[in-house]
Amino acid sequence: MKKIISVMLVMSMVVLILTGCTNSDDSTKKETSGSSQTPASTVEAGETKEDQVVNIYSWNDEFKSLYEAYATDLAEKHGVKVNFIIVANENNAYQNNLDAALQAQESAAKDDKVDIFLVEADNASKYTKSEYALDIVGDVGLTEADLADQYQYTKDIVTVDGVQKGTTWQATPGLFAYRRSFAKEVLGTDDPAQVQELLSNWDKFDDVAKKMKDAGYFMLSGYDDSFRTFSNNVSEPWVDDTKIVIDDNIMKWVEQTKMYTDERFNNRTTLWAPEWSADQGPDGKVFGFFYSTWGINFTLLGNSLADADSEPAVGNGIYGDYAVCEGPQAYYWGGTWVCAAKGTDDTPFIKDLMYRLTCDAETMKQITLDTQDYTNSEAAMGELADSDYASDFLGGQNHIALFAEAAKKIDMSNISDYDQGLNESFQQAMHEYFEENVDRETALDNFYTTAFEKYPELTK
Amino acid sequence: MKALNVKKGKHVSYSKWGYIFLIPFFLVYGVFSLIPMISTFYYSFFENYMSGLKMIGPTFVGIDNYIKLLNQGDLLKYTQNTLIMWILGFVPQIAVSLLLAAWFTNIRLKLRCAGFFKTIIYMPNLIMASALSMLFFALFSNNGPINMLLMDSGIIDEPFHFMSSAIGARGLIAMMNFLMWFGNTTILLMAGMMGIDPALFEAAEVDGATSFQIFSKITMPLLKPILTYVMITSLIGGLQMFDIPQILTNGIGGPDRTTMTLIMYLNNHLFNNNYGLAGALSVIIFIITGALSIGVFKSLTGQKGQGDKG
Repeated sequence: MKKIISVMLVMSMVVLILTGCTNSDDSTKKETSGSSQTPASTVEAGETKEDQVVNIYSWNDEFKSLYEAYATDLAEKHGVKVNFIIVANENNAYQNNLDAALQAQESAAKDDKVDIFLVEADNASKYTKSEYALDIVGDVGLTEADLADQYQYTKDIVTVDGVQKGTTWQATPGLFAYRRSFAKEVLGTDDPAQVQELLSNWDKFDDVAKKMKDAGYFMLSGYDDSFRTFSNNVSEPWVDDTKIVIDDNIMKWVEQTKMYTDERFNNRTTLWAPEWSADQGPDGKVFGFFYSTWGINFTLLGNSLADADSEPAVGNGIYGDYAVCEGPQAYYWGGTWVCAAKGTDDTPFIKDLMYRLTCDAETMKQITLDTQDYTNSEAAMGELADSDYASDFLGGQNHIALFAEAAKKIDMSNISDYDQGLNESFQQAMHEYFEENVDRETALDNFYTTAFEKYPELTK
Repeated sequence: MKALNVKKGKHVSYSKWGYIFLIPFFLVYGVFSLIPMISTFYYSFFENYMSGLKMIGPTFVGIDNYIKLLNQGDLLKYTQNTLIMWILGFVPQIAVSLLLAAWFTNIRLKLRCAGFFKTIIYMPNLIMASALSMLFFALFSNNGPINMLLMDSGIIDEPFHFMSSAIGARGLIAMMNFLMWFGNTTILLMAGMMGIDPALFEAAEVDGATSFQIFSKITMPLLKPILTYVMITSLIGGLQMFDIPQILTNGIGGPDRTTMTLIMYLNNHLFNNNYGLAGALSVIIFIITGALSIGVFKSLTGQKGQGDKG
């Protein structure tokens, strides 16, 4: 008996040692909660000594799926292996990880160097202003002609001193996505133009909210849903020199959301939480969601299905029950830019990849047809807007036509280097005010405390 | 050398071997604990953080970091949070552990399957704290099982947001600490109780003492050394409480920062690469821990003659 037990103990110790040594190939995605101490990185393809390795840093797998759908032949053409390093965005984890990697760029081994990294609107200016993002015309090799068809604002946001340092495949005009069935029931119509009439400014929006409440539905899902609509229409950036400035429009968001929470016009969820995702699905009772164009295919579509494994088509969940309209205010939300990292040795591959996904009108048109994302080609979008393109997911609506005009008017002049941390901290701090844990002044103080932790050089 | 020692006098001294065997420990301690501690003290007087992609510092700023922490940060609030959550968990822990230890070591009670019970109560300690926190996070979330249960049985109408109320969040953290550690404490106290001479118990029973009197007048005073150990280690662990509140509140520190502990605050600074403030905070935590530990130690073991009064 003793021998058996001792043998078993030795075996279990050996097994433990071995499991600790193997490389796991599973990718871990942290959306809701996760330890923010050490961000976990996922390493995919194995690296051999002969192949060059292209390391792409991202915070979700949006770019990865684009690459796998439209550009995998480039890897073969250039003889490289593409390696995605994905670190979730929460609590600045992605930025901290990327910053550490970029600062170690010079001393890193050839295969470990950062080659491509993605930035989003909230943190774009920090990276483009640094020395780590290459000039995509001068250093990477794209030409002005290649970039001519892109929407101007997508170029402006990543242009520093006349040098464009990043490129994107999407333009992100904001919109309001609503449930057709609820609209028909409560408002009598589900036609986007008519619904837009009823939602064309905030007062009318509040009226519809009341009607929805009376019918037993929620107007919005959570506290943060309407944040971007207000925060993109501010008159000055978050930080003036080193002083934090809370714009009036942002306080308007606070007031509206407090009113909505008190009157139960919203379902008190948090952005990206499981309850928020569930509200977009077949069991949800929420009338609408503020989204940008990337949200339609990346988030809303998946959440609306009843069965994630079967074909996304009419009949699966509430696929087809959504439609979009412009909403009470024009705005944009986010967007992802692709930057080439200084010190990379894979510039030909990067040039081809950037061209394929962000300059080639054919590819971008295909992306829109497949994913309903609004891509960064005025020609392709103009073509689709005039055609009889209809999105099945949106019940037959041609949403590209709706935004072709709006996309040209997006104004990103009020971004700052601190947007990501400050947006997140502000929303978090205000949640406690909405849930009536603290009063507004305390919530603001808490916001400042967190902001100073994240960015020690800022002042009140 | 050894031969000479033996020959010189009848007195053989092997004490130098004792010191030699102690060297590895002191070496490792020195390299991995002492030197980092001293350099932490040293660097806490420097300003050192990241702005954007640039590292600012380290530049010497004297005690600026400390002043900043004591004035700007809510250091007192976080210390309070830490102590409150520790006490909320520790008091039930000690009470239940004493009770269970008394039952398990009581020969007259003749509890069956005592071994089985001891294993079960120790099991929560084997789960990783992070896994337990994630479990509780899912259980007590707004649409989670506990809320469903409470709503279905009619106790509440709407889901109670546990994580959004101070008492809810703190209570959950205290409960998790209790679950994780009461097994360990029980086993320790049992070991202490089994070391008490049974003759004392028999003498007390012959004299007609009730169970409660036996417990309070014989067991408790003789358990003082073990209790001191439990209190101090629990205090140090409590002051360093990090993983449970961090995972439960996702690093935010709960409603209105009421579950932000000192180490979570430290972690925030480290995460944002603010090494200057983090160093100063570490020193402050060290001082607090040291002071409290000395206080507890002195009060529990200081007055030997007055021990029976308590």
